[in-house]
Parts: sequence; structure tokens; C-alpha cells
Amino acid sequence: MSTSTAQGPATDVAPAPEQRPGGRLPRWAPWAAFVAALAVAYLVGLATSTNVVLLVIYTVVIGTAGLYVASRIVEGPRRAVDRLVTCLVSSAFGIAMVPLVSLAYEVIRRGVLRFDGEFFGASLVGVIGEGGGAYHAIMGTLIITLLTTLISVPIGLLTAIYLVEYGSGRLKRAITFFVDVMTGIPSIVAGLFAYALFVIFFGAGIRLGIMGAVALSVLMIPVVVRSAEEVLKLVPNELREAAYALGVPKWRTIVKVVLPTAIAGLGTGVTLAIARVIGETAPLLVTVGITNGTNLNPFEGRMATLPVYAFYQLTQPGVPPENAIDRAWTAALILIMLVMGLNVVARLISRFFAPKTSR
Amino acid sequence: MAKRIDVSDLDIYYGKFLAVQGVNVSIEPRSITALIGPSGCGKSTFLRSINRMHEVIPGARVEGKVVMDGQDLYAPDTDPVTVRRQIGMVFQRPNPFPTMSIYDNVAAGMRLNAKKMSKAATDELVERSLRGANLWEEVKDRLDRPGSGLSGGQQQRLCIARAIAVEPDVLLMDEPCSALDPISTLAIEDLMTELKERFTIVIVTHNMQQAARVSQQTGFFNLNGVGQPGRLIEFNPTEKIFSNPDEKATEDYISGRFG
Ligand SMILES: Nc1ncnc2c1ncn2[C@@H]1O[C@H](COP(=O)(O)OP(=O)(O)OP(=O)(O)O)[C@@H](O)[C@H]1O
Ligand SMILES: [Mg+2]
Repeated sequence: MSTSTAQGPATDVAPAPEQRPGGRLPRWAPWAAFVAALAVAYLVGLATSTNVVLLVIYTVVIGTAGLYVASRIVEGPRRAVDRLVTCLVSSAFGIAMVPLVSLAYEVIRRGVLRFDGEFFGASLVGVIGEGGGAYHAIMGTLIITLLTTLISVPIGLLTAIYLVEYGSGRLKRAITFFVDVMTGIPSIVAGLFAYALFVIFFGAGIRLGIMGAVALSVLMIPVVVRSAEEVLKLVPNELREAAYALGVPKWRTIVKVVLPTAIAGLGTGVTLAIARVIGETAPLLVTVGITNGTNLNPFEGRMATLPVYAFYQLTQPGVPPENAIDRAWTAALILIMLVMGLNVVARLISRFFAPKTSR
Repeated sequence: MAKRIDVSDLDIYYGKFLAVQGVNVSIEPRSITALIGPSGCGKSTFLRSINRMHEVIPGARVEGKVVMDGQDLYAPDTDPVTVRRQIGMVFQRPNPFPTMSIYDNVAAGMRLNAKKMSKAATDELVERSLRGANLWEEVKDRLDRPGSGLSGGQQQRLCIARAIAVEPDVLLMDEPCSALDPISTLAIEDLMTELKERFTIVIVTHNMQQAARVSQQTGFFNLNGVGQPGRLIEFNPTEKIFSNPDEKATEDYISGRFG
């Protein structure tokens, strides 16, 4: 496409630079606009009733409007719209951050009160009022989550391998459909399912750690299947063909070529799936129950878990309630830290196991 | 041990679509056979059906006979995995295993098939194969680096080394030089000429000069129109194809008067 005309470059320029005054607002203009808006908002606030939320809203609205008008006068309509949209997007981002930041702030502020050695070392046996800890609940959460992982990862991974490498036709479509349905199951239904299942064998009122693991697996398996399926699909077909062409059987190709290539994504997916179920409360409420003592055997009797522990400390705090409520917040803090830790682990996995393209 | 391949009345399907029809050809041992023809006429499809790679595509199937030194490759009791061990393949795009080092890539045929080999024997095999692929000098002091860190031409030669390391009888190459510069292309052409002493080589190429330079036999594939099956129009010694072909279509294609 060669435009062999002398005025080529001239015609390439956008037509009609509609009244674009050459000016540019200085870099500090947005800040200045918002500081001025803050001042105006403060004066308005003095006149009416003062309130921090209103003050912020006034500031943002006035600042955005002011900046838009100033930019339109000095820089022309295109840049003005650009600035307007920038302001809107930033405000939306700020609004989205409010609940996150305030939640983190609140959990940390109230959680650190009991973030001490006793909390990690003691259970609630014989504790009335002050002291006590969540050792039993922390161990319970770790054990039940580990069991859930041991159940879900093999099933989920094998299902994903079937779907990507072997499945075809109606069975594949049916499995995909049911995995989709399982993704949407409300967590309490998973709990009721596990409960009903175990009641058949052990009679009504049964509570076991393994029941909780089964309930959580119902929630975790579809997540593992989905993420593993996506990752396995990303492995280039050429690698499979390269292995087949060397006379490698299909199952060995999957084990030795496909899975190692996808290991980073698989690890990340599994870790995020664990993070997804570790904070589940409702299914554990009906399957594992709660106890004050330490029970490390998931095949016998009730166990404590962090989410259920927090639930009971908050809803049945006893008198005086403050001590139990503090313990609930610390349990919540530990849960959040566990989830964040898992997310960090997921990132590290994807960093360290990613196929190395050296230079 | 180079082997001869006889193809008779081969029809190749993708599901209901007949992609290649009625191929009859004899591929000579210890020689290079080139396949040429316009895009989409079924050269790759035919090549992949020789080592039963065609059937890994869902719905793909083959009718007819492919016989290698008396062994019917499509007999019901023939294991496709065994066929692929005897007939190696190099693909158009270099595809070294990204999780493996250069060394492991070359040894992949042994490793992935869990053949037990001593360290010394493996070392020897890797060096021999890399020398065979003209790559040894370039990579001998970074064998433990990932294979994907090589240049495109080096990667392609790595794939050739990987293919010849399993000692196949036949080597199929699907446009092995299409992504390479003239120097790497020349290196691979020289390599093919060396390799033909030991293997039967079939190469698909869009490069007429390449076909003329390296091959002894040439097959011309063509198709009559879109949606029609591709056919092997002419199969003759390379000199004849390029000087005095039997078919008008071949002459038109070679002289660029095609379509
Ligand atoms: N996986 C597939 N599924 C269905 N049809 C296919 C598939 N691969 C190829 N085909 C069809 O088979 C015919 C032959 O394709 P093939 O790849 O063998 O052509 P080719 O001669 O190798 O072309 P090129 O020179 O462009 O590589 C084409 O019509 C193509 O659309
Ligand atoms: Mg092709």
C-alpha cells in the first residue's frame, strides 16, 4: 500500500482539528482542582451540617466539574472528556476500594487484640470469660482442608485430564454440564448433602471431621476441574504431537509432557481452590459442629474450625461478651491471613514452575 | 535401517471430508522423496498418515494400505505407537519440549519411553544425535539449558536430533525449513543428504529449488477445486519432474503458471 502522492503525509493528518486551543493545563492542575474543591466543599459543609462522607462526595463532584470546565476552556473538548473519564474511573476505583480497605482495617484493628501466644496455644476447655485460644480450631481447619485437598485434587485433576485429553461426545458434554452445575451449588446444600450421606451409615446427629471434608470437596472439585481444564487446554498440541511422533504412548505423553508443562498453572489453580473453601462456614456448621476441646481425629467426633469458631464466639459469646467477640475477630484475622498466604503461595508456584525460557 | 514404503489406494478423511484420494506410490529406501503442491492439497495430511499421526486428530481416519517392508502399518494388530517409533517426524514449526533441557530433549525418545540406559550410553547417544543434526558444536557447552532458548534454526535442528536419536527407519519432514534463514536451510539440506545414507526421508516443501537440490524422487499433489480431495498427480524422478514432466499441471505449477 504505497500512496505515491506528494501530499501523502498532509492527508494522513486527522481532518478538522476542531477549535483545539493549543494550551495544556499544567501537571499540578488536577491536584489544584481537588484542593480547591475541598476548600469549597468545606465552606459548604460549614454552612450546612458537616459530615466526612458528604465532604468527600462534594470534593469529588466539584473537583471533577471544575477540572472538566477548566480543561475544556484551555485544552479543548477532547482532552476535557479524557480528564472527565479519568476522574470517573478513579472515583469508581476509590469507591470499590472503600469496603476492602475498611474491612481489612477493622479486622486487623480488632483482631490484633488477641493475636497472642495463648490464642495459638490454647483451646477453649474450661475457659469462661478471659483468655482461651483457637489452637483446636486452627488445627481443625488445617486438617479438614488437607483432607479436602486430598479428596478433591485427584478427582478434579483426573476429571480435567479426561475432559481435555480423552473425552468426546455426549459423556464429555454431560460432565462439563454437571461440573457447571456443581460450581453453582450453594455451600449449605453441600453441607446438607454430606450430612444426609453420613446419616445413612451412622444415624442422625452424627458429626465428623471427614464429613466436613466431603462437604467441602463437593465445593472444591468443580473449581479444580475448571481451572485444571483451562490450564491443560493451554498446553500446545504440538508438544503432544512431538511426543507421539517419538513413539510415546498417550498416557506417558500426558504424565511426562503435558502435566509438567502445565504444572505451574495446575499448582496455582489448586492453591486458589483451597483458598476458596478454607473459609466456608455453613457446610462445616452442619457436618463438623463445634467443640471446646482439641480433637485432631477427623474420623471421630466433632471438631472445631476457624469459621465455625468465629461464628459461635460471635453469636454465643456468654457473659461478659467482649472476650468471646475479641476471639472471633482474631479468628477472622487468621482466616484472612491464611487465604492471603495461599494467594502468595499460588503466585510463587506460578513464578517458580513456569517453563524456563532462558536467555 | 532404511526401509521402503508402499502406499496403495490410500484415501484420507477428516470426519466426512475426504482430504486426499487414491494415492499410490512407492517410496524408495536410502533416498529423499520430496512432496510438492499448492497449499491445502493434502501434503501434510498424506505425510502424517504414513506414521499414523493422522489418527490422533478426532474423527480422522484412513482407508487403504501402507506397507513398510512387508509390514502392513494399518493392519488391525499393528500398534500405532510401534509404527511411530519406526517412522520419525519433524514438524513445520520447531517444537522442543519447553520443560526440558537441550540434553533431555535429545534423550526424550528414550526417557519418555522409560528405556533404561546408562549415563555414559545416554551421553554418547546425545552427542551422536546432535553431531548428526549439525548442532553439537553450537550447544555442547550449554546442554543443560532449556531447548526453547535456542534460535529457530537451532531449535529445528534440535528437533531433528531428537527424531534421529530414537533410530527410526524412516524420517518424515513437513516443511522443516519454512521458518529458517538460507544458512540454516542449507545446513539442514546438507544434513538430509547425509542422513539419507541411513534413513528413508520424505520431505514436504514449498521450495522448488530445495526439492530439486535434495531429492531423488518428487511427487506432485494437486486438487481440482475447493472442497475437492487432493490427489497425487505425478510421481517421478526429480530430474524428470523438473525437466520434462508427464503432466501439464505439474509443468504449470513448477514454472509458476499455476492458478
Ligand atoms: N485438522 C483438520 N481437520 C479438518 N480438515 C483439515 C485438518 N487439517 C487439514 N484439513 C484439510 O485437509 C486438506 C489438506 O490439508 P493439509 O494440511 O494436508 O494441506 P497441505 O498440502 O499440507 O497445505 P500447506 O502447504 O498449506 O501446508 C485441506 O483442505 C484442509 O482444510
Ligand atoms: Mg502442510
